[in-house]
Amino acid sequence: MNVFANIRVALRALATNKLRSVLTMLGIVIGVAAVVALMAIGNGATASITEQIEGIGSNLVTVFPGSFEHGGQRIQAALTYEDYMALEQHVERVNAIVANVSQGMQLTYAGNTVDVQVTATLPAYQQVRTVEVANGRFFLRSDGASRARVVVLGSQTATDLFAGLNPLGRTIRIGDVFFEVVGVLESKGGGGFGNEDEIALIPLETGYTRLFGRNAFSHGQRKVNDVSMSAATPEDVEWVMVQIERILRQRHGLKLSDDLDFTVFSQNAILETFDEITATLTIFLGAIAGISLLVGGIGIMNIMLVSVTERTREIGLRKAVGARRGTIMFQFLIETVVLSLIGGVTGIALGWGIAYGVSAADLVQADVQANTIAMAFFFAAFVGIFFGIYPASRAARLSPIEALRYE
Amino acid sequence: MDNGSVIRIESISKHYQMGDTTVRALDGVNLSVRAGEMLSIMGPSGSGKSTLMAILGCLDKPTDGRYWLDGSYVEDLRDTQLASIRGKKIGFVFQQFNLLARTSALENVMLPLIYAGVRGHDKRTQAEEALALVGLSDRMDHGPSELSGGQQQRVAIARALVNNPAILLADEPTGALDSKTGVELMDLFGKLHRERGLTLCVVTHDPEVAARTPRIVRLQDGRVTGDETE
Ligand SMILES: Nc1ncnc2c1ncn2[C@@H]1O[C@H](COP(=O)(O)OP(=O)(O)O)[C@@H](O)[C@H]1O
Ligand SMILES: [Mg+2]
Repeated sequence: MNVFANIRVALRALATNKLRSVLTMLGIVIGVAAVVALMAIGNGATASITEQIEGIGSNLVTVFPGSFEHGGQRIQAALTYEDYMALEQHVERVNAIVANVSQGMQLTYAGNTVDVQVTATLPAYQQVRTVEVANGRFFLRSDGASRARVVVLGSQTATDLFAGLNPLGRTIRIGDVFFEVVGVLESKGGGGFGNEDEIALIPLETGYTRLFGRNAFSHGQRKVNDVSMSAATPEDVEWVMVQIERILRQRHGLKLSDDLDFTVFSQNAILETFDEITATLTIFLGAIAGISLLVGGIGIMNIMLVSVTERTREIGLRKAVGARRGTIMFQFLIETVVLSLIGGVTGIALGWGIAYGVSAADLVQADVQANTIAMAFFFAAFVGIFFGIYPASRAARLSPIEALRYE
Repeated sequence: MDNGSVIRIESISKHYQMGDTTVRALDGVNLSVRAGEMLSIMGPSGSGKSTLMAILGCLDKPTDGRYWLDGSYVEDLRDTQLASIRGKKIGFVFQQFNLLARTSALENVMLPLIYAGVRGHDKRTQAEEALALVGLSDRMDHGPSELSGGQQQRVAIARALVNNPAILLADEPTGALDSKTGVELMDLFGKLHRERGLTLCVVTHDPEVAARTPRIVRLQDGRVTGDETE
């Protein structure tokens, strides 16, 4: 008997037992679809988080007041405007540097209110955080010098507050103080992480003198919430951090043996932290996908085991009417390969569809990758073929009469 | 080899190990069947009839003894040769029919032809002829579940005959059928024997069925206890 006749026998057997074929395939479909979809979502989420962190500003180095030392105990200390001045003058290899003072406040316009983080900062904020103005202008040095009550809004804040009106030139209230909107930032996109679009920016000097009041002062000194700067190149980040530490130690009168009372943070450190988080996310999704594959595999196995009696007798009968062992094995191989192929391709299509649906619903930009597809497909094919071939090979080894009597 | 025996077995034994005890299903059976002979094998339940038939049909191997089938020493044959013998030389009819479920009568009958390498059109004509021979031309597209017991057994007989085997072995072919259908079946066997010169071995414990064959072999406890020819 030739190969094609045997392939026809296998296809015939699949067509004859449609329910069994479909149920077997279902296990493969579910396993493959779950892996493809979940891994795509995981990859997409990872990519979008990384992109957002990189969007914060490249080569960003930030100094915060206080630090965690001594097993988690917080060392309190203020960071002042004078610290900023010192860093601004002495730190080398820095493109732009700003001091920020921020506070959560309520913004009001014609009955609309939103609660956002209001940050008093310097014009260099634009370079440090790589933000672009979509509409109007950013504030200038002169705005600070004249303590002008001008505000630049994040895109989301502008939308929330003005609901479609052009915000430029309009007067809003921040707390009890009136400000004129001079600009709206471009959206940083993404959403969900960091609320980069839900902010309001005002000149630093205006913040100190007109908005924040006593909160922004400590012992008569102007406090800052952080000093942020962008190093000239990624390679300079390390050097910039060393300089900051040296300068601030000196200014705060800390000896080399003393613990720091400030924290220097680089975007790389943030990225590393998030790499860990996304790695965990990927492992988590991978585990779920793995479990789905396992469940799919068990489904396949169950169908195979449930049908093993019938199939063993079928094998006995085929042998009794002249089939060789090799012919039987080939028939079963073809059957399982066909099921795995159809199931695998359907699973990939379904998984892709789910990933596409998730992207279309704007939840996460899912990213279907070739290696996940390959992995899921080969695993499912392996499980399908193994559980299809293994009982068949056992049955084919029996004498025809033993196989026919099997129960 | 003596005067045209298609089947010759000497001291065939088949033992099953059941825990501590050994069941001697066959215990030194000698038998030869000449070409064109028609014989019944009788014996009480458990006497080893089915076991003997399975060995004769190359569906099982004896624990001990020698078997020549059509001049070949069966022990020397490889698995693939045995498969080919089962497909082409021997037709086997089981008590329980053993048809493929959800598969039409025609396709069931074509099965041995597929494995014998018969091609497309010939396969179909031969299968149709075999079904016509057993009087089922009008039921070719019916599956086993749409056929009566007698019809299913006739499909099984058509399947056994489709390759023109030298020997037809039937293990209680009428056992699962009512007596009228059983008689019809035996008439069919008689006709095949007369018209085609088929060598026929029928296991039965129905004396009426046995009375239709010229030779009756009796088994008891795995041994031949009688061998009468009219
Ligand atoms: N696969 C088997 N395992 C164990 N014992 C068996 C097996 N097949 C048959 N026997 C035993 O061998 C004896 C003969 O069985 P069998 O040939 O089926 O008898 P018959 O067909 O004459 O009724 C019985 O005692 C039966 O229990
Ligand atoms: Mg029996």
